[in-house]
Formats: sequence, C-alpha cells, structure tokens
Amino acid sequence: MKIAGHRVPVTVYIGGFIVLVTLIVILFAPWVAPYPQTKIVGGVWDLPDAHDWLGTDSIGRDMLSRLIYGGRTSVTIALVATFFTMLIGVGLGFLAASTNKLVDSILSRIVDVLLAMPILIFALMVFAVLGTSIPIMIATISTLESTRVFRLARAVAMNITVLDYVQVARLRGEGVGWVIFREILPNALPPLIAEFGLRFCFTFLFIASLSFLGLGIQPPAADWGSMVHDNAQAISFGGFAPLFPAAAIALVTIGVNLIVDWLLSIHALPAGAGAEV
Amino acid sequence: MEILRFIVTRAALGVLTLLAVSILLYLGTQLLPGDVASALLGQSATPEALAVLRAKLGLNTPAYLRYLHWLWGVVHGNLGSSLTTGTPIAGVLLPRLANTLFLAGYAAIIAVPLAVGLGILAAIREGGILDRLSSTLSLATISFPEFFVSYILIVVFASQLGWLPSLATVYGGMGFWNRIDATTLPAMTLTLVVVAHMLRMTRTSTLAVMSSPYVETAFLKGLSRTRVVLNHALPNALGPIIAVVALNLAYLVVGVVVVEVVFVYPGVGQLMVDAVSKRDLPTVQACGLVFAVAFIGLNTLADILAALANPRLRGSRGR
Repeated sequence: MKIAGHRVPVTVYIGGFIVLVTLIVILFAPWVAPYPQTKIVGGVWDLPDAHDWLGTDSIGRDMLSRLIYGGRTSVTIALVATFFTMLIGVGLGFLAASTNKLVDSILSRIVDVLLAMPILIFALMVFAVLGTSIPIMIATISTLESTRVFRLARAVAMNITVLDYVQVARLRGEGVGWVIFREILPNALPPLIAEFGLRFCFTFLFIASLSFLGLGIQPPAADWGSMVHDNAQAISFGGFAPLFPAAAIALVTIGVNLIVDWLLSIHALPAGAGAEV
Repeated sequence: MEILRFIVTRAALGVLTLLAVSILLYLGTQLLPGDVASALLGQSATPEALAVLRAKLGLNTPAYLRYLHWLWGVVHGNLGSSLTTGTPIAGVLLPRLANTLFLAGYAAIIAVPLAVGLGILAAIREGGILDRLSSTLSLATISFPEFFVSYILIVVFASQLGWLPSLATVYGGMGFWNRIDATTLPAMTLTLVVVAHMLRMTRTSTLAVMSSPYVETAFLKGLSRTRVVLNHALPNALGPIIAVVALNLAYLVVGVVVVEVVFVYPGVGQLMVDAVSKRDLPTVQACGLVFAVAFIGLNTLADILAALANPRLRGSRGR
C-alpha cells in the first residue's frame, strides 16, 4: 500500500496498530476494563491469574483495569502538553522567521539559554517554587519544550520566507499574520507533523518520569508513571506490579516512534533541528 | 594559535552560558506571579509567617543584589543553608556529588568503550546482524523509560538470580569492591540507556567519512574494509565521535536523577527530588547549579575536543 506516493513499511503497520488499539481501549475504558478502577478485588500485589490477568496493585485493585483507566490520564495530558508545546514553539518560531531581525535575535538568545540545560532541571526548579499540579506541569513542560520546537519551526520557516511567493505576498502589502498562516504554514506542515509525534514521545516519557519521581500527577488521579511509583515496593516482595505500567509506557512510545521514524524518513528535517535532552 | 583562540572563545562562551543559566535558576522565580515566600507558604499563610520567610530568603533586598550575593557565596563554596534542616547545603551536597560522580563514572567506563567499539564494528559490517540489532536496540532504549530498564534488571538480577542487591546502599568508609557491587545495577541501567544512542551516532559519523572520495580511493587500491575503516576513515571520524561521547555523558548526568531514585542511591539527583517535594528552594538551586556546571561543562568540552581532533582546525597552525 502507498500513502501519498510513499511505500508504507511493515513497522508503520505495527506502530499504527499499537496506537490504534491503545486509543480504542482508553476511549472505551468503562466497557473494556473488567472492573471499576477503584474496586478492591483481591489481596495486595496478587500475582497474575485467570481472575486478575495482570494481578493486583498496592491496595488490591485490579492492575489491568487501573492500567486502562490510567492510560486515559497519561495519554490525554501528554497530548494536551504536546499541543501547547507546538502552539508556542511554532508560533514564536514563525514569528522570528517572518518579522524583523531584532525579534529574531531576542527570541533566539532566550531559547539558546533554555536549550543549554536539560528540561528536567528547570522543571524541578519551577515545581520547587510553585508546587505540583496538572496545570502547572502542562504550562512548565510546554514552555520549556517549545524551545526545542522553536528551532525547528524557525529553520523550516526561514527556508520558506526566502521563496518568491512569500516575497510577492509581502510586496502586495500582506501583514505578518497572512504571511504566517497563508504562506508559511501550509508548506511547513509535513515536518511539523513529524515533530508533533517526536514531541509527543518526549513529553509522554517526561511526564511519566515526573510522576514516577512523585512530582507529576498527584493522587487521586492515576497515570502510568505514578502507578509505577506506587507499586515500586512490590519488587522487594517478588512481584512484578511496577513492570506492567512501565511496559505500557514503553509500548505506546515504541508505537508512536515507529510511525514518526517513517515520517522523518520521508520528510528529512533541516540540519540542526533535532536538539534533544 | 588558531586553535588556542578557539578554545578560549568556546570556554568563555561556556562560562557565559553558565552565568545566564544561573541567573535563570536563581531569578527565574522572579518572573512568576507573587513572590517566592507566598508561593512556598500557600494561600493561607499569615502575614507574620510571610514576613519571617521573606527575611530568611532575603527577599527584602533588590533581586540583582541577592543574586550577586548568592553568586559571591557560591564562588567561595558557600551554597547557603537548607530551608528544612537549617544546615549548610555544601556539607550535604559534596559527599552526594562524589557518589553521583562515582556512579556516572562507573557507567561511563563501561558504556563508552562498548558503544564506540560496537559502533565501529557496525560501520565495518554495514547492514550486518550487529548493525540491524543495534538499530532495533536503539529504538527500544529511546522508548523505554529509565525506570522500566531498572525494574527489569532488578527483577532479573536481584529477585530471580540473586546476584546483585536491588538497592544501591552506600555509606562512608565502605570498601571499593563493596561499593562496586552495590552500584553495578544502577550503572548497568545507565549504560543501557546511553549505549545504543552513542553506538548509532558513532556508526553514523564513521559512515559519513566512508562516503568521501579518499576512502573510495583506498577501496580502489584493494585494501580490506576493516583496514579502510580503521586506518583511513576512523582518524577523521574521531572528532565527531568524541563530541558524541561527551554529549551522551552530559545526558547521563540527567538520566542519573531517575536512576538514583529507583535504587535509593544517595546522590545529587535524589537530593534534588527530595528537596523539590519538600520545597526547599536553596537546596534545589544548589543542586540545579551542580547539574548546570556538569552539563554545560561537558558540552563545552565536547566542542573543544571535536575541534582538537579535527585536522582542518589544526591545519592553520604555523608549520
């Protein structure tokens, strides 16, 4: 099969399958989950059996049901954070590329400083002052991570702004808004979609790590990262409980990564766009 | 002289970045709504409690003076006092920094030779079993959170086989080999987290040189692939490889935070996470600064080493 003239390798089908199944399961959680998420169905950290397929958690709730409901929180929050990351990053990146040199220099210098440090360290700093809550976490992550998107968006837009039709639009007297939305955006979409996938993977893992550290999503809301945190002690008693949510995180990330890898291979990113950590 | 000028410029840029980051770490809190004292104490704080905390944090003096005062203290080894315990931070931080460096060093000693060696092997046999295996492995390690790798290793090596302890308990006066035994699992986790990425980048750097005309000439002379890679391609690929290694060591500095928490290892990362949940701001700032120094230092070093290994930069030196 081909999509838009590109051959689709088998890895993309695997990735797509993982993503689709995850979405369906968490969307229809109440119908799919064998038990309500708060119901206590067994002892503490029961091993998997025919009754509870993945065993029970730290207070005897069914692990599989908790996983299905927890996925809702994990995926939704990561999606929202990624959305804002892209919004801020792409917006400022395009602004830097399409307005004057001064705006560009100021934005670029600020981003350089933020890029010089791992996101985790800055994020911990903010949490120490403001405490941890879901809105603060989303705001912090999307602000910090948008600096990574900024570089890509700026680089892509820079390549487009020098093209004739953008110059023509400018000479016609169109404003910055027109240039950004009508001229640059449509042509910058393909690499930005791949970037969205990449950012989602990063955000998803990052939020999971924060929750694991006990600084992300706070109870009673449960996500996969905090489930690992809550069940970590099971390992000392010969159980596997924290492995299930951790594996769920890994599986979803692999699924999205398989698709993103393919997208990246079709639309090679401009040099210097992939700044990680 | 060209190279010396480059080193000085790059080092100066590193120090400048560090200064900018330290300003952000210390004064970034100023940009937030309200002041630090009311953020720390919450909505229900009494005006008296706020006044006491403001005095304790020195919030009554202008921000830039506070920053300079803090910086002056840091340069002289005074990191301030913890809000929760009241003791000087430096005394708590230094032994933990030694622990973190020990763990990161242990991981680096395994990871670097392993990744560079396998990366070159993968480049020699491009498309071979090792090459394909490494690309699958790198997808896995990019997608696996650090704690997942940790728990798999704990279940296998501590719970099932019973070879290694599941908690990395270390204390002062502990023997070297006992310490190695206790930190092997966290070091293995860190190794697995960075090795695949380092391997892929080593492979890519080597292969990039392989496509240049002089390497093609070496092939046309009839030399073996192994010989071409080791004698012709590798010397030129060395610069990028060193940069890759330093960059990944910088990543290790961050990865250490989660791994220390998993294994309850008394390092800077765990101290920082603890301090964040207790909202002990001065300690968090001190830990952040330590990470900043390590991260920016390694990045600067990566650039300098890459330039030193690049013959094009050496070439302009007077012969």
